[in-house]
Amino acid sequence: MKRFVIRRILGMILVLFAISIATFCIFNVIPNSDPAQRLAGRNPTKGQIEAIRRQWGFDKPVYVQYVKTMEKVFSGDLISYVSQIEVDKEILQDAPRTFSLAIGAAIMWMAFAVALGLYTAVRAGRFADRFLTALALIGISMPVFWIGALMSYYLGFKWNIFPNGGYVPLTEDPLQWAYHLIMPWTALSLLFIGVYSRILRSNVLDTINDDYVRTARAKGLSERQVLLRHVLRNSLIPIVTLWGLDFGAVVGGGALLTETVFDLQGVGQYAAESVAQLDVPPVLAIVMFGAFFVVVVNTVVDIVYATLDPRIRLT
Amino acid sequence: MAIEPASELASAVPEAIIAEGGRTRVAGLAPWRIALRRLRRNRVALAFGALFLVIVAMCLAAPIYASQIAHTDPFKNHLTDQITIDGVKRDVVAPSGVPIGPTYSGRFFLGADGNGRDIAVRLLYGGRTSLTIGIGAALMSTLLSIVAGTLAGFYRGRVDAVITQILNLIWSFPPVLLGIALGTALALGGLKIGPLELDGDSKLIPSIIIAIVTVPYTARPLRGQVLALREKEFVEAARAQGAGSLRIMFSEILPNLSSTLVVFFPLMVASAIGFEAALSFLGAGVRPPNPSWGTMIADGVERIITGPHLAIVPGVMLVLSLLGLNVFGDGVRDAFDPRAKVRVRRS
Repeated sequence: MKRFVIRRILGMILVLFAISIATFCIFNVIPNSDPAQRLAGRNPTKGQIEAIRRQWGFDKPVYVQYVKTMEKVFSGDLISYVSQIEVDKEILQDAPRTFSLAIGAAIMWMAFAVALGLYTAVRAGRFADRFLTALALIGISMPVFWIGALMSYYLGFKWNIFPNGGYVPLTEDPLQWAYHLIMPWTALSLLFIGVYSRILRSNVLDTINDDYVRTARAKGLSERQVLLRHVLRNSLIPIVTLWGLDFGAVVGGGALLTETVFDLQGVGQYAAESVAQLDVPPVLAIVMFGAFFVVVVNTVVDIVYATLDPRIRLT
Repeated sequence: MAIEPASELASAVPEAIIAEGGRTRVAGLAPWRIALRRLRRNRVALAFGALFLVIVAMCLAAPIYASQIAHTDPFKNHLTDQITIDGVKRDVVAPSGVPIGPTYSGRFFLGADGNGRDIAVRLLYGGRTSLTIGIGAALMSTLLSIVAGTLAGFYRGRVDAVITQILNLIWSFPPVLLGIALGTALALGGLKIGPLELDGDSKLIPSIIIAIVTVPYTARPLRGQVLALREKEFVEAARAQGAGSLRIMFSEILPNLSSTLVVFFPLMVASAIGFEAALSFLGAGVRPPNPSWGTMIADGVERIITGPHLAIVPGVMLVLSLLGLNVFGDGVRDAFDPRAKVRVRRS
């Protein structure tokens, strides 16, 4: 186990390094234009471009540029040349909003997906199963930014059921926090509920005829106990792994569309707004931190998974 | 659904055949024919596949609709024009800036947008853009995945390590974020790889971006399959006959990947179309004034208070296309491999 953890963490460090190089290349090497000019955003002056070129070392070899870029990203003096705001500070300020969105949505989609997946599996082939499976497919096919915009218009603006936009910190008022986030949570969850419930349904259908389930029934356990204790537990393993990975992906950037549509002012929205203004430094930092977060979460999930299921360590 | 005897039990994909080990197959039925027959029987999947084809046909007919019925093009502003509906003259865009709603007649069938452009026309032209980018991206991604997956799986060792690491690297970037990052980076100067030179607003750029971002999702399962296939007896037989690596890859391995690719493709097109819409919605995909369903939704969301239909209409088209492809894709998967858990991950 110890060896596995060490190997996994070393691997992670390598990937993080590769990510930093890849991000650097995406922004400063691949594009067919002057990087200093792109960093400066729209309508820069000649002096600004010159200053950026010197600061970022664009007149020096590529590896110097790379080191300088990383220095800037991690020391916190990366600034947006469009708004003159320090990028890292802005990201830290927006992070709680992104986490609030992701955590709530993750709980929501897991709860609904388990209920739905189990129910449709038990009712497989009947009307309820077909109906709910169809609903799940519709959920998968609906882009979050579209359904989110409609929800925010109808439920938030027109009928005034939920507050439209706005964010209340959890520490200030937990109830208001949840009340303000309920629409974004729902919009973000729909896709995942669709995907997860379908996987769970097929997993349950696979295990429900296993020998140990028959044994459990033969012991005289109630159907409810058989389902919850024996079938569900085993069917959940792959989903829980996926859950961890998807949570990482949502925080790392997947929540971007939801945040934008509901105007949550999270990290993702910061990236999206910067893109709209062709403001490169924030996008660079967010892409890198996002990918970092995803990789770290994946490693943690792997290690947790390996502690739960020793077979995995061999591969 | 009534299950046919023996022929139904035979499956198209190798794993399934192993699993069904002892059973005898009915001679004379090729796996593809079994799959097609099974697909033909799945009415729901076929209906949704047809739905998608209808949408494609409608979008292909866009120029005809624009010139013969709507008498305009997707870029033409009618800000100061007036049209007559039921004998009443009305502004296309009212002095207050509110565009006309659906007229349900030839001109401005679905109303106009803020610039007085005909929405129905833009919807069809936008569909051409979205579908072209979606299908183009899926094709590119498939091609890249085949190359990456086959090389990695066939040669193993160092080649495999390099390719797998690159795929892992792409995989670790959140897809939408990587998409908009590439979109912004390439927007200004365009792309220049050797002889290939692309403008910043070329429609190929979103396709390339989507293809790159989605490669790992297909390349990884393909690699796994090639790893298994290369150990099969028929590969050994080919090698014994003196066939070289290239020949084995093309005539022994590739044909065996075809059913997986057929299963993946509709789902990949669906996820690529959705991806394009998301990128364009964020302003990192198709650039205005070019219409695409994503940019139209973005425009519509901005004006949702004066005219919700501006956002609803392109979204419905998008959802219908995705739904058509997803249900059809599910049907194809069930037909080719009833036990598979193939899944295309979405952003």
